[in-house]
Amino acid sequence: MPAGAGVATSGYPSLDEVRGSPGYPSRERMAKGAVAVIECVQEIPCNPCEAACPRGAVKVGQPITNLPALDGEKCIGCGLCLARCPGLAIFLLDMTYSDTEAALSFPHEYLPLPEPGATVTAVDRAGQPVCRAKVLKVANPARNDRTPVITIAIPKEFAESVRGIARKSGGGDVGR
Amino acid sequence: MKTYDVVVIGAGPAGLAASIEAARRGCGVLLVDSNLKPGGQLIKQIHKFFGSREHRAGTRGIDIARDLYREALDAGVTVWLDTSVYGIFAGNVLAYARGLLEMKPSGGAVKADRVVLATGASENAVNFPGWTLPGVMGAGAAQTMINVERVLPGKRVLMIGSGNVGLIVSYQLMQAGADVVALVEGLPRVGGYGVHSAKISRAGVPILTAHTVSRAFGDTAVEGAEIVRVDPSWKPVAGTEQRLDIDTICIATGLRPYAKLAMLAGCRMVHSPILGGWVPFHDRSLQTSVPGIFVAGDAGGVEEASTAMEEGRLAGVSAAASLGKVSAAEARAQREEVEARLASLRMGPFGKPRHDAKEALHKAGECA
Ligand SMILES: Cc1cc2nc3c(=O)[nH]c(=O)nc-3n(C[C@H](O)[C@H](O)[C@H](O)COP(=O)(O)OP(=O)(O)OC[C@H]3O[C@@H](n4cnc5c(N)ncnc54)[C@H](O)[C@@H]3O)c2cc1C
Ligand code: SF4
Ligand code: SF4
Repeated sequence: MPAGAGVATSGYPSLDEVRGSPGYPSRERMAKGAVAVIECVQEIPCNPCEAACPRGAVKVGQPITNLPALDGEKCIGCGLCLARCPGLAIFLLDMTYSDTEAALSFPHEYLPLPEPGATVTAVDRAGQPVCRAKVLKVANPARNDRTPVITIAIPKEFAESVRGIARKSGGGDVGR
Repeated sequence: MKTYDVVVIGAGPAGLAASIEAARRGCGVLLVDSNLKPGGQLIKQIHKFFGSREHRAGTRGIDIARDLYREALDAGVTVWLDTSVYGIFAGNVLAYARGLLEMKPSGGAVKADRVVLATGASENAVNFPGWTLPGVMGAGAAQTMINVERVLPGKRVLMIGSGNVGLIVSYQLMQAGADVVALVEGLPRVGGYGVHSAKISRAGVPILTAHTVSRAFGDTAVEGAEIVRVDPSWKPVAGTEQRLDIDTICIATGLRPYAKLAMLAGCRMVHSPILGGWVPFHDRSLQTSVPGIFVAGDAGGVEEASTAMEEGRLAGVSAAASLGKVSAAEARAQREEVEARLASLRMGPFGKPRHDAKEALHKAGECA
């Protein structure tokens, strides 16, 4: 499947698709610090992200099939929305983590969980390895309702491609 | 024979919601389910649900089942688990068998002034050479194994079908410790929600559209499978075969309404491919062509738990209203609220076809 074919054919959204959706923050907003990145590009009947944000930075409105829209000015990058999205489609990106690295947080519902400080393999939307990453934090408070959120540090150049870490083993190379 | 105002068959989200609404309006309600646990499909849904806050979106299905069950008991619903209704006779006499799972069989009959059929759906099968080998199973069966019985059906899985069931069960198989080696879909596009397919893509599962399984290998159990690309008319494209090293094949090629009781009762059936096949005709109050028999949830057209709950509410209100427990005006107002929520759930590229199919179904009654 050609990379970037789009979520309906390849199974994962292309960079163009997510950038073109109202949940994706602008480059300028990303440069300012931690911000939610919503990768929900189809009109599905769903809205927990809207209620999850204490700042009113996410709007779905009526009808419930509207795409979630992020107001980058209102988002303070608290990350509360990540574990509330049943689609596991919200990430938190901090481009100001260090001079060379970005911090990326994402929900990760697989065991075993990595240890903070561990070096892991970061993967892209297709599950393909991109780079090594350092685990900064593994958060699993009760309010997450058993959805752990992992934060990793990655080179800034991969900030828009990395979206998770490899689980213990992947599906392999079938069809690629 | 004991008579209840309302007997609800099936304790999934639709049946639980119908029972709660009818009981809250003063009906004596009996809710029966053939399983030992109430909740229907919900008892194996360990993932957080879609929908809106009214549908407890963001809550795991198992927790929704627990909450609804508690509400039903609080509302005074009588619940008989491990009870299967196998016959429905004139005058709404329902024959049941109890205790089959607990090995304490008994049986009998009850009479119902109103019946709500909330029996859900059953899985479609596909066949291919080797499909009878142990290790080939429905995705729903695999989900019951991992999430209810806590048994891993295999280590390396091939999933067939990219609807939400195939996508979610793939995810849960990985959570349970298996690898999903590939997911094949005959159509050129993914059937389910992109957020679900993105989740398993990220975990390394190749989603191969325009592909199907051509055979399973193995003597006494599945030891491998061959997949092949298909053209738009589903013909295999020679030379595109790939052999996969797998031990389990899960089939997630759709659900069909489980409407046998409706047929037994003589309800007029309508065929609707979008809704999963043959469904009992029902009007806007969810009454079938047989007065006093209502249908709700997947049994009246395969949709989702959120729509099943809303339809359950609608059926509960309608049944209570037809027994005179609420005034016609009240019932109309309450129905309109539910209908508005149903309409908003049936929008967008995934919901609109179901909305149109339901409309066509209601209309099929008007001209009959
Ligand atoms: C893998 C998977 C994931 C899903 N994820 C979601 C999701 O994220 N969000 C969402 O909204 N929906 C989801 N759904 C869909 C949802 O689970 C169903 O649409 C919903 O459960 C239908 O509810 P129901 O009450 O109509 O039927 P069911 O939940 O199927 O319940 C029917 C019940 O009736 C009982 N029964 C049947 N016949 C008889 C009889 N003769 N006598 C006694 N009892 C009987 C059955 O035992 C069963 O318990 C998912 C479904 C699957 C399979
Ligand atoms: S990160 Fe915090 S402020 Fe930003 S959208 Fe999510 S919940 Fe709202
Ligand atoms: S909660 Fe997640 S899946 Fe649902 S609309 Fe919001 S971003 Fe999309």
